Amino acid sequence: MTSRDGRTTAPGSLLIRGGRVIDPATGTDGVMDVLLSDGKVAKTGPGLDAGGGTIIEAKGLVVAPGFVDVHVHLREPGEEGKETIATGTRAAAMGGVTTVVAMPNTVPPIDTPAMIAYVLSRAAQDGVVRVRPAGCISHERKGEVMADLAGLKEAGAVAFSDDGNSVMNALLARRAMINTRILNVPYVEHAEDASLVDAGVMHEGRVSLRLGLAGRSPLAEDLIVARDLLLAEATGAHLHVAHVSSRRSLEMIREAKARGVPVTCEATPHHLVLTDEAVGEFDTSAKVLPPLRSEEHRLALIAAVKDGTVDVIASDHAPHGPLEKEVEFAQAASGMVGLETMLPLALEVLVRSGAMDLPGLVRLLSSAPARLFHLAGGTLAAGSPADVTVFDPELAWTVDPRAFSSKGRNTPFAGRKVRGRAVDVIVGGRIVVRDGGLV
Amino acid sequence: MAPRFFCGLMGPQGATQSLDAAGIDRAMVRIAHEIHEKNPGRLADLVLIGIPKRGDTLARRIAAVLARDHAVVAPVGVLDITMYRDDIGSRASLPKPSDLPGSIDGKTIVLVDDVLYTGRSVRAAMDALIDFGRPKAIQLAVLVDRGHRELPIRADYVGKNIPTAPGANVKVELKEDDGAEQVLVEEGNG
Amino acid sequence: MTTVDSLSAKDLLGIEPLSRDEIQLILDTARTLSDVAKHPIKKVPALRGRTMVNLFYEASTRTRTSFELAAVRLSADVVNINVQASSVVKGETLLDTARTLEAMTVDFIVMRHGSSGAPHMLARNLKASVINAGDGQHEHPTQALLDLYTVREKLGSIEGKTITLIGDIQHSRVARSDLIAFTKMGAKVRFCGPPTLLSADFGALGAEVHHDLKSALTGADVVYVLRLQFERHRMGLMPSVKAYTQQYAITSERVKWAKPGALVMHPGPMNRGVEIAPEVADGPTSVIVDQVANGIAVRMAVLYLLEAGRTKRAAAGGVS
Repeated sequence: MTSRDGRTTAPGSLLIRGGRVIDPATGTDGVMDVLLSDGKVAKTGPGLDAGGGTIIEAKGLVVAPGFVDVHVHLREPGEEGKETIATGTRAAAMGGVTTVVAMPNTVPPIDTPAMIAYVLSRAAQDGVVRVRPAGCISHERKGEVMADLAGLKEAGAVAFSDDGNSVMNALLARRAMINTRILNVPYVEHAEDASLVDAGVMHEGRVSLRLGLAGRSPLAEDLIVARDLLLAEATGAHLHVAHVSSRRSLEMIREAKARGVPVTCEATPHHLVLTDEAVGEFDTSAKVLPPLRSEEHRLALIAAVKDGTVDVIASDHAPHGPLEKEVEFAQAASGMVGLETMLPLALEVLVRSGAMDLPGLVRLLSSAPARLFHLAGGTLAAGSPADVTVFDPELAWTVDPRAFSSKGRNTPFAGRKVRGRAVDVIVGGRIVVRDGGLV
Repeated sequence: MAPRFFCGLMGPQGATQSLDAAGIDRAMVRIAHEIHEKNPGRLADLVLIGIPKRGDTLARRIAAVLARDHAVVAPVGVLDITMYRDDIGSRASLPKPSDLPGSIDGKTIVLVDDVLYTGRSVRAAMDALIDFGRPKAIQLAVLVDRGHRELPIRADYVGKNIPTAPGANVKVELKEDDGAEQVLVEEGNG
Repeated sequence: MTTVDSLSAKDLLGIEPLSRDEIQLILDTARTLSDVAKHPIKKVPALRGRTMVNLFYEASTRTRTSFELAAVRLSADVVNINVQASSVVKGETLLDTARTLEAMTVDFIVMRHGSSGAPHMLARNLKASVINAGDGQHEHPTQALLDLYTVREKLGSIEGKTITLIGDIQHSRVARSDLIAFTKMGAKVRFCGPPTLLSADFGALGAEVHHDLKSALTGADVVYVLRLQFERHRMGLMPSVKAYTQQYAITSERVKWAKPGALVMHPGPMNRGVEIAPEVADGPTSVIVDQVANGIAVRMAVLYLLEAGRTKRAAAGGVS
């Protein structure tokens, strides 16, 4: 059987034996077995029988629901030189991610039902993890005319976003929210006021001043977050703020949540780990939108993850080639790859730092995003899709972009010594990563 | 300056003293005498130009002897050759100011250096001098000629010929620059 | 007495990477090399056979000519790339342009570019020495070096002096380089301008931030006037050029707020009657013309010391 996300389910059974099973959705945390059968989770518990199927020994490892990354740029169609569905989903698998939400700012953008169908068919052919496309909010991502939101949803869009840009027209944003509410699909905002960021290329602050680079004020993010919170409150739409980076924005989201505004948001590992100092001497691999901010903002983001203001961790995996990055800083493309470094960075900055426990992080990587975006998976409850990530939270390795499965090498983390890595990854009962390598 | 100890002619690190203070003094007197002898009728246009660091000290000493023994007053100048060398960067090579006593056009120049070895410093000095003007003649005075020339250059006045091995190091020490006063030959290992 | 005898880095990308000793070395060497201009033959053969390319993406006759004369006085060969006429306009990337130049065995690339960090990108990818002749709003190191040189020549020392820079600090690479340079050499740097052209964050970078001209000039040894870009008004960064002039132009009355005999400097080209009154620009304490002359000696020193460092590293077995 082929599901809508293009994954075929594997017949037969698979037993993952003796790992620490963490399933936040069911409150499970203990050493036990997980039995997968016919593409579903059959049972979780101690001393299960493999029933003649394959056995994966998970002793000393963590067995978690496959990770769900709600913010990934697969670049297909149009920019296959940077990434394809084939390479991007392999990078996802290597990072323990079994479902990606593919952002629609491809070339051309995913703004019609036919484009959604195209991505899904390509995913069925070439993908190794589940690909759930997001559709554009506006036609051609121009922020002028609303896209066919109902048609996009019908074709399989799981979210709407003009990611890469904010919807600058408030009337369009308001009407789109009314519609996304009716469709019960999250409205995902890349919150940066384009008129305020002007020509800014990095966080506006001491480092941008030192480097003589035009700054992007956090105010640009705050303005759109403030507007969108008011619109979400008025329309009742589920507003999801992508990659929040500003302290003030987090405060507003926290306050809105307390009042019951239907808002959620995500944090990326790079905003949690790095500051604008990472730009160093014009390192374009640290150029990203919204920009890496100062320590004050970074600490506010960690605090917001800790207190639940931030709902999910997402990579904002954004591959670029040397043509886009080996140029003047101001001209360089924004974004960094993140699928293959998300787990160890999140472990470092959230778990080993003491901000939260391991089940807390697993929740942010699996059950929380699945629930917010209404996706199957994100849990090991019986009957759920057999999407499982077995990882070693302590495995030490050094980030080497040349070894990435992604085509993108653009990471500021090259050479960083990290700990934590996916060992076995199962999608729909099929093993796609075994012992840390693609199958 | 650390004190130096010598046991007979052999110093520490296998250094041999080839000239002592009195020997250097005699060399100055002889060179001044020869300059006087060799330049009849041109003594009024004589200019002594030293190549730093020790050539300028020697030039001043020769000028003093010329004045004392021969009543010849020769102006003394300093010529920095750093920017004319062919080995930038291979040694401490910061340019220092040159200081020539007026125009050198039509003058008889005696270039003064401490050690004549490959001849490259003298080549650089002649290039530098010629950029400053058109002297009538350039002569060369050195305290030590240690051989191993790489260019067709020869000294007109030599304090002492000291045949050396190619790896050896000839070290001239003068009171004004170094505190001590002697010429040492250190046997290097190439 | 400095303890270094060449520049340790392959490139001169900014003042920031230079040590105090290295700056001292450049100034001392420039002092000696300024004599070359007084020789009957105004050149020395130190860089004979070396090639320097002037790669200017922004027009600047002054800086380009200064580098060219510096190279010529050291006997290097100079090629000027007219960027408008080159393949730059055909969409060739900066890196490709640079690699093409390197394939022609160039030793020095002097680069002026409108984008901050452009020379850094080049330097990372090339064996040639890259000299930053101004990158975007980042740095203009040789300008700061010649400013240091001029102040040292005129006031005898830099340490303990107060330098006030007035104008569009925010968008000025000269202001940034001068801030780092003068601070490194023990001087105090004050910045003065309207808040839209002078961020308070400069305080964290070591400058004293003033919005009032009188307080900024009181006790200053150097009054350094920056060029005003008229388009700042269109960008809404000042109410009008006239308003700026009324508040911040350096007139003969206002210059008296500084110490008696305070030097007046300007990186050029000047808008006479806008940021600086003509009688101040041509006044007895103006050293604006000296700055230009000193620029050549300082750039000679930079070229020579980079070359010395390179041969030294090659001799030590390193990569040149």
